[in-house]
Amino acid sequence: MRVLLRRRELVCQEMVELITDYLEGRLSRGQRRRFEAHIAKCEHCTEYLQQMRATIRLTGGLRAEDLTPEMSAEFAALYRRWREQEQ
Amino acid sequence: MDEDAELVARVRAGEEQAFVTLAARHHSTMQRIARTYVASAAVAEEVVQDTWLAVLRGLDGFKGRSSFQTWLLAILVNRARSTGVREHRSVAIGDAGPAVDSSRFDESGAWMSPPRHWVEESESRLLAEGLADRIQTTMRELPERQRDVVMLRDVAELTAREVCEALEISEANQRVLLHRGRSHLRQALEAELGRV
Repeated sequence: MRVLLRRRELVCQEMVELITDYLEGRLSRGQRRRFEAHIAKCEHCTEYLQQMRATIRLTGGLRAEDLTPEMSAEFAALYRRWREQEQ
Repeated sequence: MDEDAELVARVRAGEEQAFVTLAARHHSTMQRIARTYVASAAVAEEVVQDTWLAVLRGLDGFKGRSSFQTWLLAILVNRARSTGVREHRSVAIGDAGPAVDSSRFDESGAWMSPPRHWVEESESRLLAEGLADRIQTTMRELPERQRDVVMLRDVAELTAREVCEALEISEANQRVLLHRGRSHLRQALEAELGRV
């Protein structure tokens, strides 16, 4: 990958592999500039970047139950069992 | 002192309600994580309870070098993983491979089969059409280190550094696993929404 990056312009296939480093803020200034220059003129890669952001949002939005009163009671019981074992 | 640390101190002092509050604070994240390793919500709940028991037993050994949440989730991931292995879950997705299949680019590396637009659609269809299920399923099929990293980063919202601490991996490794995991999830969403 590093060898490819010496080229002036980034191509789409490289962009999809650099995207996490970009989102993590781990590209060098030069790499970042090339990345952004590519995105600015490539609608497909702009789309791809948006899709990665959407993927992260959707993953973060997985549903789960909050603690119900019954579960709270179970946790309280679990704690009491532990205390008894400790003593 | 942060809120977790304060609650932990109260749990150590023997306050039952502090423990229930602590468990409630982390429950939803823990359940979401556990659920991607095991086959049912009921087993996930067992993993969560098991984790808390291990936390109580290990509380004296917790020195606060990492945050309480990082420590807690590291224990959870280990438990969930070994329970998942006992359930003989099959892993369907390969460990390496490019973020996007090379057949979709031309010789110069430009898109030949570009991604179709689906971002807004994905947001409005999340609840209605089970995209969350698709994410859960894909997450279960990911190689386990990828899943560990994606869960802790994107579901539990730990920082990169905390994930490295929890899973004892290097920062570069963390980034590669995150990249592959997220790329697989994007592919799964594309398969669901973005058929050309």
